Amino acid sequence: MAGLLATITVSHYLAVGAFFFVTGVLCMATKRNALGVLMGIELVLNGANLNFIAFGSQYLREETLGLDGQLIALFVIILAAAEAAVALAIALSFYNAHSTIDVDQGDELKG
Amino acid sequence: MAEFFAQYMPAWGAYLLTALISVALLLAVVGLGALFFIWAERKVAGRIQDRLGPTRTGGKFGWLQSLADGIKLITKEDLAPADADRLLFRLAPYVSLAPSYAALLALPFADGWVGWEINTSVFFLLAILGLEVFGVILAGYASGSKWSLFGGMRQAAQVVSYEVPLGMCGVIPVFLCGTMSLTTIGNMQAGWATNWLIFHDPFTFMVFWVYFTCAVASVNRAPFDLAEAESELVAGFHTEYSGLRWSFFFMAEYNSMFVVSGLAAVLFFGGWNGPVPIFASWKAAGGGWEIVADLAGCLNFIGKAVLGVMVMIWVRWTLPRLRIDQVITTCLKYCVPLAAFCFVGALAWQLASLPSPNDWLSPDPAGRAAVREPWVERAEDGAERSGTSGAEELARLAEDKR
Amino acid sequence: MLAAIDLHGFLFVLFALTACVFAAGVLFSSNIVRMAFNLVLSLGSSAGLFFLAGAEFVGAMQLMIYVGGTLVLLVFGVMLTAQHRFLEMRTNAGEWVLSLLVGGALLMVLLQAAFSVSQWNTPYAQRDQVEIDESKSATPIAAALTGVRVDKLEETNPRLRAGKSGYLMPFVIVSMHLLVVLVGAAYLARPRMAVRQMRRGG
Repeated sequence: MAGLLATITVSHYLAVGAFFFVTGVLCMATKRNALGVLMGIELVLNGANLNFIAFGSQYLREETLGLDGQLIALFVIILAAAEAAVALAIALSFYNAHSTIDVDQGDELKG
Repeated sequence: MAEFFAQYMPAWGAYLLTALISVALLLAVVGLGALFFIWAERKVAGRIQDRLGPTRTGGKFGWLQSLADGIKLITKEDLAPADADRLLFRLAPYVSLAPSYAALLALPFADGWVGWEINTSVFFLLAILGLEVFGVILAGYASGSKWSLFGGMRQAAQVVSYEVPLGMCGVIPVFLCGTMSLTTIGNMQAGWATNWLIFHDPFTFMVFWVYFTCAVASVNRAPFDLAEAESELVAGFHTEYSGLRWSFFFMAEYNSMFVVSGLAAVLFFGGWNGPVPIFASWKAAGGGWEIVADLAGCLNFIGKAVLGVMVMIWVRWTLPRLRIDQVITTCLKYCVPLAAFCFVGALAWQLASLPSPNDWLSPDPAGRAAVREPWVERAEDGAERSGTSGAEELARLAEDKR
Repeated sequence: MLAAIDLHGFLFVLFALTACVFAAGVLFSSNIVRMAFNLVLSLGSSAGLFFLAGAEFVGAMQLMIYVGGTLVLLVFGVMLTAQHRFLEMRTNAGEWVLSLLVGGALLMVLLQAAFSVSQWNTPYAQRDQVEIDESKSATPIAAALTGVRVDKLEETNPRLRAGKSGYLMPFVIVSMHLLVVLVGAAYLARPRMAVRQMRRGG
């Protein structure tokens, strides 16, 4: 622990990002509630954002992405907001049409 | 402060002591603020309704009334309904209190007297204040009661809508000063009251009132207190709460009122810089005099913020509550267009270099215009090297891009 | 003397642990409202990580848009659909085992990759000497969004200088995208005529 405290590197940020990514993917895979799937997507995007921030941070490396990392993270946040709005609208529309929010029920196109 | 303590003790102790002192000071602001504002609310409400308000507890004016209320609340039983989601029900008051306390971290009380000197503090404050809604939503859901759920839903819709005009109003002083740091914005308004940003031009004067309306709505006060609306929803999101947990919601509410008023004081009313620059020479003298000047500035700032809270109390006991559709209409049809109009207007005013009252009073103001961002200086440094002007260097940058 | 204690590392461990624990909470809780609450705390802690890495503007943006906007919207959606039978929807054990196996394998691969590059892995010696301008990130970001990269004025490395153009075009595209999304979301979520007539018994 003491060794870790003195030596935070990009890798540690990447490890946290990887954990976020994996939990997000598992959420998407296992949740049956459409909104739970949406939460998984948010986690995945946030994991990606952490990587961009880590590579852009001036505290962690000599040659960084610099401002580009932060800018791309900003775009990801904005697009995530847009994606959430549309996904929520779709989920509510699905709920209105099928009276359920279980994604497993939306299978009427299955042959 | 940590450097000062580090002379006498190991580093971790210095950090710990500094953190504890800061936390204790800010907690005192929350606690004493809530006690004082609740007493003031009852007094003001009493006077407005032609009553006396509290008179008995603790002397002539009922000074100790809110302390007595607090003791009563502590002794009350902590109930939870059978239908409630127990964990979330217990957590919700803390979720409500934590962001409103965290907002104090970035709010400067005087030049440099701030818990955490953060560069984007305006933005940070607005963001943190937006989080407070989660406590209300959680309380609404976890109570397992229809009234509470209605209150929570209304609050969610209201806060998300009002964040838009609030942010637009907050951006105008930011762009006039060219920085998001509240300390710098406050320092730029030093001098006479004419240097306050509210008097900068007609548009900033107008936008302050929009900001104040939105601030009242975002801290969930009457006439926008749809989330509790006691004539329709019993008590809205805190119907099922009792005792100390109930009082946490009120501490959060009064503290948020203080924070948005303090933000208004820094953004529009010069923060710790008084209407008359009495302490300016003391401030320049340095040493102990500087601390005295900062203390006076701190009192000045707190006075302005308390004045803002008093106006909110006055508004609450004067205006009737709006309907939910009227609340959203006020936001989308009036506040947002007005804020956008003022934004463009203030921008045009600055662009055309039209005069502000401070220019007539003193030809060389403390220098709102003289403040420059480091990158502008860097561009000019680069320009000196290549023998062109800063503007040309920026133009060349734009050329490079193509 | 103050450098003797590594505040950055301590805070990193704190925020990373809370972020990971609550992210796992999102995955393992079956109640949809608890999931939303865990997600709020998890994303809030990751905003703390952003602050630690020096990206203060992005951190505040994360708090404002992600946590204060998107998640409030999400919780709103949860409440609109929170009927009793949808609150707890359990996944069966076989799917859990399979997904945890795959997820664990994926996590191992990613961690292996994260710690394998020595450039990323070595601590940055001059961290204490890094001085970020007083206007750390807000102004350069705004300038970059309007098409001028003020942070690369003195860049001597020609390869890095090539990326000097700003982000005006993506910014405009994203703005238009947001507008379209707003209209589209309002259109999608409107109550259907048929449903409304059905409810009236027509």
